[in-house]
Amino acid sequence: MNYSIAFKTIIIKEIFRFIRIWPQTLLPPAITTALYFLIFGKLIGDRIGTISGASYMDYIVPGIILMSVISHAYANVVSSFYSTKFQRNIEELLVAPIPNWVILSGYVSGGIVRGLMVGGVVTLISLLFAEIKINNIAITLSIALLTATVFALAGFINALLAESFDDISIIPNFVLTPLSYLGGVFYSTEMLPGIWQVISMGNPILYMINAFRYGFIGVTDVDIQLAFIITGGFIVTLTLFSLYLLHKGIGIKN
Amino acid sequence: MNALSLRNLKKIYNNGFVALKGIDLEVEAGDFFALLGPNGAGKSTAIGIISSLVNPTSGSVSIFGHDLKREQEKAKSCIGLVPQEVNFNQFDTVKSIVLNQAGYYGMPRKLALQRTEYCLKQMALWDKRDTVSRRLSGGMKRRVMIARALVHAPKLLILDEPTAGVDIEIRRSMWAMMQEVNQQGTTIILTTHYLEEAESLCRNIAIINHGLIVENSDMKSLLARLHVEHFVLDLARPIAAAPVIEGCQIERLTDMSLNVAVPKEHGLNRLFSQLSAQHIEVTSLKNKTNRLEQLFMDLVDQGPTNLQPTEMQR
Repeated sequence: MNYSIAFKTIIIKEIFRFIRIWPQTLLPPAITTALYFLIFGKLIGDRIGTISGASYMDYIVPGIILMSVISHAYANVVSSFYSTKFQRNIEELLVAPIPNWVILSGYVSGGIVRGLMVGGVVTLISLLFAEIKINNIAITLSIALLTATVFALAGFINALLAESFDDISIIPNFVLTPLSYLGGVFYSTEMLPGIWQVISMGNPILYMINAFRYGFIGVTDVDIQLAFIITGGFIVTLTLFSLYLLHKGIGIKN
Repeated sequence: MNALSLRNLKKIYNNGFVALKGIDLEVEAGDFFALLGPNGAGKSTAIGIISSLVNPTSGSVSIFGHDLKREQEKAKSCIGLVPQEVNFNQFDTVKSIVLNQAGYYGMPRKLALQRTEYCLKQMALWDKRDTVSRRLSGGMKRRVMIARALVHAPKLLILDEPTAGVDIEIRRSMWAMMQEVNQQGTTIILTTHYLEEAESLCRNIAIINHGLIVENSDMKSLLARLHVEHFVLDLARPIAAAPVIEGCQIERLTDMSLNVAVPKEHGLNRLFSQLSAQHIEVTSLKNKTNRLEQLFMDLVDQGPTNLQPTEMQR
């Protein structure tokens, strides 16, 4: 069988889904981040001065862009796949001769596309407030892609294991958002007291945001190579775990 | 070749409920097969396993010679499923639901468009192709599911209570459609609670109860085993009491009607003669219950032994 057709069918369906509801998926991050840039970057940032030689606005722009990528890659997959489960149209996929890896890659790719599209929208908004210079385009794009993949996979696992709509909001609200805010979006870990610097190093999002920031302005609190290893490690682990859950039919088969 | 072979199929759910206790079943290619059973008997679990929606505990499923475990892709390609409940995305258009399903089966776009048009026209839904599915009537939604199941031209179509909750007119048109699909060579397995539907459409039948197949035969010989038929007779003139006729059980329903149980060997002609001899004139008669329904109730309530010919004749 031609798996590329099944893959294309899933990803096109996913892209049409979030584009069809663009006022819910693409517009809100544009407004929210514009407010971030205005309030934190402009009004408060002007009084903060510089961090590691960069203006506060320049410092927070990459973090805010990646935070949007993270939350939307996750949200797309978790809401779409859980709705598919809830409405039972997951059965359309289960009866068809589609291998689990095609189902996984289709949904995850949908999440990646939305995450990167929202990242693009936020980048355009940021141009209204800051002059963006790219220090290393390869690192910028690759870490954005890898980060979107990690959180699309995490969203897929959340959707598989979720049994109610409450279950798909717990992780984003109580895990993802705090980890993103504490992942160095608005500050350098050097500004934290000693013990908190060490605790922060246990937050994987810190590595992703710092690697992304390095791609923009060449400033980072972490080792870039380590950031790629951690991100890649998460992708491998989450992929294997997703495939295991699909193979066992956990959350999708009676 | 068998369209479907089940071998010692068992399913025990996580909560310990034993849905299937090791069933064996064979459905011949080209057959129109009825799989019947009361609610909770195990038929939905069996269909779930055949269509890969439920993992079996043990046993094997073979579809057109392809083992569902070892040759999953080939086995799955042979099946089209029309589930009991609406399970498509209610925000999608009719056309995209069917077209996407073709895509899941790896059908190239051009062919998928042709098949989608063919199936929607066959289901009289082409005019509704751009309608968002949640705006469709119940009968139309069921036809969308049939079109979706047929889009990849499956060799085995499983219809899980396809006419539940639809009015008689739509039901009749769906029967005609199912017969047409079967005549085109597609094997059909039908589960239904409308037993007259199974009786008029299906050639072979299996009845499942408490996770076991309690009956598996062709419809003709199963119905032939029905030794007593129940009729309601409408009378030309009122009667004061039920007549007594040896061999038949007769009960007076009203002044103008009787409830009669007639053994097959007794025959209706003889009954009418006997009634006529007692100056009772019958104006019309109707079957009190559907014949298959009567057998079904016997099998489900009392087990299969009461239908053994020797015992039935006592």
